[in-house]
Amino acid sequence: MSAPAASPAKRILTKGNEAICLGAVAAGCRHYYGYPITPQNDIPEYMAAHLPALGGTFLQAESEVATINMMLGTSASGKRVMTSSSGPGISLMQEGLSYMAGSELPAVIVNISRSGPGLGGIAPSQGDYFQAVKGGGHGGYRLIVLAPHSVQEMYTLTMLAFDLADKYRTPALILGDAIVGQMKEPFVASPYDPASTAEKPWALTGCAGRERRNVKSLHLKDNAIEVHNWKLHEKYERIRKEEARAESYMLDGATIAIVAFGTAARVSKTAIQWARKEGIAAGMLRPITLFPFPGREVFELARTVDVLLVIEMNTGQMVEDVRQCTPLHDRIAFLGKPCAMPTPEEILERIRLLAGRKG
Amino acid sequence: MSAPGKVGFSKAVYTRPRSLVDVKSHFCPGCHHGTIHKIVAECIDRYGLREKTIGVACVGCSVFLYDYIDVDVVESPHGRAPAVATGVKRAQPDKFVFTYQGDGDLAAIGTSEIIHAANRGENLSVIFVNNTTYGMTGGQMAPTTMLGQKTSTTPYGRDFRGDGYPIRMAELLAGLEGTAYSARVAVSTPAQIRKAKESVRKAFEMQIGGMGFSIVEFLSTCPTNWGMKPLDAQKRVLGEMSEYFPPGVFKERKQADFA
Repeated sequence: MSAPAASPAKRILTKGNEAICLGAVAAGCRHYYGYPITPQNDIPEYMAAHLPALGGTFLQAESEVATINMMLGTSASGKRVMTSSSGPGISLMQEGLSYMAGSELPAVIVNISRSGPGLGGIAPSQGDYFQAVKGGGHGGYRLIVLAPHSVQEMYTLTMLAFDLADKYRTPALILGDAIVGQMKEPFVASPYDPASTAEKPWALTGCAGRERRNVKSLHLKDNAIEVHNWKLHEKYERIRKEEARAESYMLDGATIAIVAFGTAARVSKTAIQWARKEGIAAGMLRPITLFPFPGREVFELARTVDVLLVIEMNTGQMVEDVRQCTPLHDRIAFLGKPCAMPTPEEILERIRLLAGRKG
Repeated sequence: MSAPGKVGFSKAVYTRPRSLVDVKSHFCPGCHHGTIHKIVAECIDRYGLREKTIGVACVGCSVFLYDYIDVDVVESPHGRAPAVATGVKRAQPDKFVFTYQGDGDLAAIGTSEIIHAANRGENLSVIFVNNTTYGMTGGQMAPTTMLGQKTSTTPYGRDFRGDGYPIRMAELLAGLEGTAYSARVAVSTPAQIRKAKESVRKAFEMQIGGMGFSIVEFLSTCPTNWGMKPLDAQKRVLGEMSEYFPPGVFKERKQADFA
């Protein structure tokens, strides 16, 4: 096997799932645990082929429950660690994610999501939005959630996910889908900046020359758990304030602004270009972070446009967060396509309708 | 450590293990956790492992490991300690890693994790405390609860028709190729305590020698939830518990498969 480390600023033609692996390896991740599930199997297969040669660990766990707990152990050891899965597997990880959030342990979890609920299907979907951004497991916590819409972002946002997870000591989730996972396009493999790696003075490495240390989420004494909850809350507030990211796409003079993430946003770009050619002032605000949600941007945008058209590959989840960000609810329209990719034609048709035009 | 002018006390023949924290025990009278903690601490000391040990605490009374053993400890979700320990050991193969789990944790909710950690031959050690009940939650039926034993969820006694049979984990895990060492011990008499320490030493030596997965099952008491006086609880261990769960060594690897 050739060394997979991406060389500086090289253009690589590959699929999104592999770009995630390249980003993880470039960011120094040498530990991967996982369990097979479609449509993300290229990620564990890549890691199985490449991590051993880099002195790392690939382990196919007996379940996603075991996977997330192996990650907990490796993370507590101070090492960068990643897994990937899809909806049903991510559901099984929720217990461990709650413990990791409570124990303040960083990790990167990739959800190449598929249709649900239940076994659902393997078609691309954004039905896991609520699970990803509202906590997912018990007890009240947040994950940092990043939503790539290109192979390039599958690479760069994976590196960012490791940095943010370490910086805030909390798990970060990459919410993709079968389309961004499987599509191939060239991307620039920019080098990872090691300066962005946070120190981990809390890691359990054996108590040589120091007092013993615990990593835990149980707080029984007095009001310790209340104090801990407020501490976590303050952390999430800091993340909201400092880490919200969104792309403004052709929003200059826009009267119709799409709000969409991931694959839905990618398709919307084509529809917006077509609409602009027809003289319709369409644009898009694309949340790159789903938690923290770019609420301020949505609030400002809602005041300047006639319509916010929320487009999702589900029956309406992020649209609830959009409604929370603006009192101008009558400006919000929704186009949902559960468990399928909306076509640019469908989106253009809706844009025309909202612009009062016939196709 | 002799005081000036005093003779005859120049050599300490018995001291608190370095790895045992000097605090009062909060465990119930007659409970075996304290005894087992001490054995674990003595064995950590024996091999000079304290500063390179990461313990994994599980859910139940056993979670308080970190209040008593003076080493780094990570807390695991219920039953997942072998998976957490796997993650620690894979990240730090040069460190000494052990889990400390109760019977509900290891033999019910965590069966998948314990079996697969053993089957992979993970080079870590498991201290398994079997007291035939869920102690912390108030004495419900455990997978190891004896037939006929009354618990808060088997008020008429455990019946194999419906509740199944008490599960013998040490024997079950000995049947797996990846297991290097599997033994069951008791700590109800001084002789048993000595023997138990020997088993924990063997288990730790397996890990130190890179031989693979090792487990020591302790037959333990829970006088509070058994509704027994501490002395009667010891008798129960020596009697019906030892009959169904016989102490012994069920697997001892002589040569490393993984060297």
